[in-house]
Amino acid sequence: MNNQRRSFLRNSMAGGLVAVSVASGLLTPSRVLAAWPKAAFDSKDTKKSMKGLLGSETFEETNKIKLRTPDIAENGSVVPVTVKTKITGVESISVFALENARPLAISANMSAKARPVLATRIKLGKTSKVIAVVRADGKLYGATKTVKVTLGGCGG
Amino acid sequence: MAKKKLKVRASGKKGYAVIKAILFHPMETGLRKSKETGQVIPAHYIQEVSVKHNDAEVIKVNMGIAVSKNPYLSVEIDGAAKGDAITIGWLDNLGEEASTNVKVS
Repeated sequence: MNNQRRSFLRNSMAGGLVAVSVASGLLTPSRVLAAWPKAAFDSKDTKKSMKGLLGSETFEETNKIKLRTPDIAENGSVVPVTVKTKITGVESISVFALENARPLAISANMSAKARPVLATRIKLGKTSKVIAVVRADGKLYGATKTVKVTLGGCGG
Repeated sequence: MAKKKLKVRASGKKGYAVIKAILFHPMETGLRKSKETGQVIPAHYIQEVSVKHNDAEVIKVNMGIAVSKNPYLSVEIDGAAKGDAITIGWLDNLGEEASTNVKVS
């Protein structure tokens, strides 16, 4: 069999799929295919980082976001965080740990097909407020929780 | 064989699928100092994780240094049914990458 032809067919099919998705607005390049936001992740300032990443440094505190973390984390290097929300039209979910050297921990860009749920584990240098920020229809919503850390996860 | 770089499980629920992944990675922050030499251990961490459902990217996760070692990630995809292909891939700050393919079960 002609292998080159096979891979050509495969590539053209994959390319076609992406083109269709972009055209239908499911995968706008700025949302899903954006490059890693270096400035936001390198920033030591939560507000600047939030502004650079999400376009605003203020958010509406809401109880529609469920931010689940332990109240006391014995080991700061592994702190489970779960963010769940009932808000519709979610574009991204981000998690900030205010006392960390680099507050922005994780940010997930969601397309329309993703359910607004994100679970992961983060490091906390010390007792810190953790903010989950959800961007939906261009607006920011947030939920805050304080996690007490008895043993730090950064430095060492 | 090289060490396994990631482990993914996708389980189908009614109308959606739950994707759980563990990415094996040191997630070195670049802020830590080695106890023996006192030198800063260079940063080495995953920056991007992409979750694809049948070749269409559904979720793109950007990670910073504050994500724990061997990151765990759980997301849910609407409309993913049994037998659908889920691809998860990561890319770190040194350009290393890995990806794997699973079927929703």
